[in-house]
Amino acid sequence: MHIVVCIKQVPDSAQIRVHPVTNTIMRQGVPTIINPYDLFALEAALELRDKFGGEVTVLTMGPPSAEDSLRKALTFGADRAVLLTDRFFAGADTLATTYALATAIRKISTEFGPPDLVFTGKQTIDGDTAQVGPGIAKRLGLLQLTYVAKISALDLEARTIDAERRSEGGVQILRTRLPCLVTMLEATNQIRRGAMADALRAARAPIVKWSAQDAGVEDISKCGLRGSPTIVKRVFAPAARSEKAALIEVGEQPADALIEAIFKRQPALEVELATLARGY
Amino acid sequence: MSTAPKTPAQAAGGRASTKKELPEHFKAYKHVWVFIEQERGVVHPVSWELMGAGRKLADKLKVDLAAVVIGPDGEATQHAAAESFCYGADLVYMIADNLLADYRNESYTKALTDVVNTYKPEILLLGATTLGRDLAGSVATTLLTGLTADCTELDVDADGSLAATRPTFGGSLLCTIYTLNYRPQMATVRPRVMPMPERVVRDTGRIVSHPLGLVEDDIVTKVLSYLPDRDSAKSNLAYADVVVAGGLGLGSPENFQLVRQLATVLGAEYGCSRPLVQKGWVTSDRQIGQTGKTIRPKLYIAAGISGAIQHRVGVEGADLIVAINTDKNAPIFEFAHVGIVTDAIRLLPALTAAFRARLSPHSRDRIAS
Repeated sequence: MHIVVCIKQVPDSAQIRVHPVTNTIMRQGVPTIINPYDLFALEAALELRDKFGGEVTVLTMGPPSAEDSLRKALTFGADRAVLLTDRFFAGADTLATTYALATAIRKISTEFGPPDLVFTGKQTIDGDTAQVGPGIAKRLGLLQLTYVAKISALDLEARTIDAERRSEGGVQILRTRLPCLVTMLEATNQIRRGAMADALRAARAPIVKWSAQDAGVEDISKCGLRGSPTIVKRVFAPAARSEKAALIEVGEQPADALIEAIFKRQPALEVELATLARGY
Repeated sequence: MSTAPKTPAQAAGGRASTKKELPEHFKAYKHVWVFIEQERGVVHPVSWELMGAGRKLADKLKVDLAAVVIGPDGEATQHAAAESFCYGADLVYMIADNLLADYRNESYTKALTDVVNTYKPEILLLGATTLGRDLAGSVATTLLTGLTADCTELDVDADGSLAATRPTFGGSLLCTIYTLNYRPQMATVRPRVMPMPERVVRDTGRIVSHPLGLVEDDIVTKVLSYLPDRDSAKSNLAYADVVVAGGLGLGSPENFQLVRQLATVLGAEYGCSRPLVQKGWVTSDRQIGQTGKTIRPKLYIAAGISGAIQHRVGVEGADLIVAINTDKNAPIFEFAHVGIVTDAIRLLPALTAAFRARLSPHSRDRIAS
């Protein structure tokens, strides 16, 4: 079995700071990490490989420094890493990203064997769109299972996969056919620590590096900024409210003072809450 | 939407300033559409919220607002169509087929893509739910058009383009995104980001039925079963009237119970900021903010939450925001209505006791006076 896991190297958003005067992102010194949601996808893929045999290929598109994330994925036990890196990919929106990644997966398919499954995290923490997974599936003609909480069965003979998919009001138990793209929900597993042997291997393992041309991109105008139907016209900090919070003095009875302030502004709410409280 | 955040410098130059004319074949694309999401016969309220937002866009563009109702052939789908008129639709496109009883990506993508290609809307809005995002990503890729996720504001420009604003850089800044040369311009909006419009009883108007054009054998994915969430397990956070939430200022996971205790006295839902979910103190369904739930309660009490933009965009719709924080310079005091600079760990128990006393039946006279 061959599984491709798409990961993304992202800035650790907990450590992003905005310059207070210029409102620009202070990128310097912000560490990068593997998108945390992708780790659930990677672990799910590794578990299936351990159970059914086969190989896990991790794929990322990004600057040359994204190699760090691929090596990290190798330490967890991935078998092969592919880095798609080219200045033509820069500034890609989700549609252009899916074009590049789908093209690379086709190339992976001819070079290393067709994938039975493609995994992604449910979304990234920097873009938060959740659009790339479904986009890759559509471009490759794969079936898709998004927001998967659990893969309950995989039958390589019958070429079927059963999964529990989160919906708004419940859980759908779905059966579909391989090859299939799965986006994993968070907190569905815990990434392994990785074996010492994998750590040693990861440090020296060759990373497959492909430019747009290497990956088999036929139409460069579908990549990067040029291939993106959406454009970012303006980046800005939200306007401050004209009025700042009315600050309550911390006196003898701060709780009472705060409640007074709340109900003075929302008198109807006091009646509602009291009515509710009487019902208890 | 960009997966790689673009810097302001990039955004200011290059393509942004070189707007080409809309290609000829896209000029026929007119009107604003909202996808009406239903699951098991229940319309998700985000659809009506989007009808409110869509109505404003349509009025500004002087075009029609259409609702796209997709579902099984039967009463629920008919009812969703009728309701769409009460929430401002000028017409409804309906694909009713029993193969659409459950959401499946294949059949729903086919249904929505077909009506878009046939009737050509300029703007298509969907809820950013698990269903809406699954569907929107597939439809936009099939149509090869732009899709902006999780918008917090929608507007139309002087030239009629959709200006979709959303948080970027992990919610530390906002950006406005355009889909200039492709149609339809697609966007998703999360539940509760847009206010619920008023429902006005109106007669059913024009309904345009469209066939699905599939048989069951065409759809590979099968629904083996469906397990609805138990009511007790459902958090009603997004739609609660009163919400109490805690942040890192609480100091320890044990102190989070102070938030829950206040919420209980107020009959409120409880929530938290993102770091508490990342630390594993609270489950992710309780997270409030850009990557969690958006709320619009009458009263929101934030205890020990600093108020990063990604949190702010999730709570700005609250009628009254009350902030408790030890740091008088915390950003939350920039958008809270009422604030108190003190330690939430000390204030919360006092607040819980004081609310309990005040709201108890014995203090009814005070309320009446």
